[in-house]
Amino acid sequence: MFRELLFIIIGTVFVNNFVLSRFLGICPFIGVSKKLETAVGMGGAVVFVMGMASAVTWVIYYYILNPYHLHFLQTITFILVIASLVQFVELFLQKHIPALYQALGIYLPLISTNCAVLGVALLSVQKEYHFIPAVVSGIGAATGFTLALVLMAGIRERLELCDIPRPLQGVPIAFIVSALLATAFMGFAGMIPE
Amino acid sequence: MSNFTKGIFEENPVFRLVLGMCPTLAVTSSAENGMGMGLASTFVLTGSSLIISMLRKVIPPKIRIPVFLVVIATFVTITDLCMAAYLPDLHRSLGIFIPLIVVNCIVIGRAEAFAFKSPVLPSLVDALGMGCGFTAALTLLGSVRETLGNGTIFNIPLFGSQFEPAIMMILPPGAFLTLGLLLGYFNYVSLKKKERRAC
Repeated sequence: MFRELLFIIIGTVFVNNFVLSRFLGICPFIGVSKKLETAVGMGGAVVFVMGMASAVTWVIYYYILNPYHLHFLQTITFILVIASLVQFVELFLQKHIPALYQALGIYLPLISTNCAVLGVALLSVQKEYHFIPAVVSGIGAATGFTLALVLMAGIRERLELCDIPRPLQGVPIAFIVSALLATAFMGFAGMIPE
Repeated sequence: MSNFTKGIFEENPVFRLVLGMCPTLAVTSSAENGMGMGLASTFVLTGSSLIISMLRKVIPPKIRIPVFLVVIATFVTITDLCMAAYLPDLHRSLGIFIPLIVVNCIVIGRAEAFAFKSPVLPSLVDALGMGCGFTAALTLLGSVRETLGNGTIFNIPLFGSQFEPAIMMILPPGAFLTLGLLLGYFNYVSLKKKERRAC
């Protein structure tokens, strides 16, 4: 059990990193990675929401959709659940934990359009995970996302000082840097048995 | 007509607006996959724009986003099931990126920015234009990666047997690299155009 969880964590954080090898959550990865501080804030919000979303979608899939054979409603249900969950988390934090809301506030609405959240829910259904592995893979995937985001933000802060050819400035150079990061992350392949 | 062509050229969703990056990078390891994804997204985009534009006077503005999501998700489910039935191979290679069309920013962006405010016909034309632009971009990206990484295009071998494919190009880093360089190229072209106009 412990072994399986460890492999899931290493697999989602490093080997199958959500951003650099599965290509989920690219929009926030490119959009929010200009500054280190905002990258950390966004990462925190994503870990929080993805952990909760994978738990809630697991329960809904196995206790509502599965017993009544409503698999074809999977996409619609999941996206509505995630969108309302984000809204609910936002309201709850605003009322009860204002300090955390201050820190995460502006990033929360951005998350409902983050395909990584829906992606992790779909993947754990596809892999037929049990409840705890599903939640762990959600948190692991979000940690991997945060890791990539923070690395990228650090690099982009340095890139500000570099002399980049004009057509490549901004987004294009960000993609080229991601290519190098992805190459580095490919080195993690083989850390877990397939 | 200008509504149609702007989606392909000056407002191309991938190269100019930089939207819908996840499927763009993930499924373009071959030209065929890229084109399949583009056509599936076009279908969803056109269908949902049509419905949203027809219902634009009925939908209360405050809850418009959840309504958009339901409409889009319905079309995505239709696409998903049809592909699974008629194109099982393509369905398998696109994997979870078919249900993920729901969160493609192009689809919801067009619903919010255009279809919700415009009559049916212009919305349809706009959606078709955007869809064609997206398909063209994905096919281009897929062709480049397939040619360099596998030595084929639409599964037709291009080079002789002595060609050594650069496998890197069909792996994740190749996706980032190709897109970055293509974006840079399109920026270069439009900068040149602007300079010429200034002269």
